[in-house]
Amino acid sequence: MLITCPYCGPRDLAEFTYQGDANRVRPDPASTDHEAWYDYVYQRANPVGDHKEYWQHSGGCRSHIVVVRNTMTHAVGSVGFAREHEERKSAARHKSGEKA
Amino acid sequence: MVEPLSPLAPVWKPGSHGNFVDGVGVVLSETRPGSIVEAAAWHGAEKKLMAAIRKATGLSLPDGAGAGAYADGRGAFGIAPGRFLLADQAEGLAERLSAAVAADTGTVTDLSHGRTAIRVAGPKAEWLLSKFFAIDFALPAFPVGSGLATVHHDIFAQIQRTGENAFDLYVFRSFARSFWTMLGHGAEEAGYEVR
Repeated sequence: MLITCPYCGPRDLAEFTYQGDANRVRPDPASTDHEAWYDYVYQRANPVGDHKEYWQHSGGCRSHIVVVRNTMTHAVGSVGFAREHEERKSAARHKSGEKA
Repeated sequence: MVEPLSPLAPVWKPGSHGNFVDGVGVVLSETRPGSIVEAAAWHGAEKKLMAAIRKATGLSLPDGAGAGAYADGRGAFGIAPGRFLLADQAEGLAERLSAAVAADTGTVTDLSHGRTAIRVAGPKAEWLLSKFFAIDFALPAFPVGSGLATVHHDIFAQIQRTGENAFDLYVFRSFARSFWTMLGHGAEEAGYEVR
């Protein structure tokens, strides 16, 4: 499996570290909503097909990236810097009036 | 300044080794730079850092991932977004660069004693590195001056192409002896010279 790092270009899977599901949303750190924390910590959709996940190019530029990977075929659909993904996410939350 | 001791000393065997009947394919050497420095820009301050690097080293870094420059024993190249590795045969680069990089531009870390610089040169240099790293080392894909960060198992290596047939590898000092020995084993079948 090759992942095309947005900085380094296509690199072998061995250079990357899996960092988990990128779909979960961390509740407000002050939140006492147990259900929201439970979902954040334990609940995963485990889909068949495209799955958005965090990876780190730990054996290269060390950037954190967001990869859309097909869980059936391992085909990599899109790759981007996690920072940009987070900026987009917080901008969207800001727009919808949600708490970041 | 404190004289850096080479971690390769116990395994340093100058001369030709392996299958060198038809000449050596690879020349391995240690470049022993006086300065090895990492410079990192704050988010959005990359251009300012590149200007400071130009001021301190005289090297103009082209735009783009992994882009770099090498001249007169002085090299600089991108290793990550907004991060650069610099090496100079002269000592004192960290001080010169610290003076040129403003606090709101980025940071400068002196790695002179923390990294070992190994040069892999010769007609089989590309071939040898391809045995170790899953990287396209062909000249069009990896032009002179450019660099990259990669890993051989757990040994991180930052590599700059310093000539058509020459590569400078920066590895952690504590792994350097083992890595050097491994390079020698890899180069045996092509014949190699240590100088």
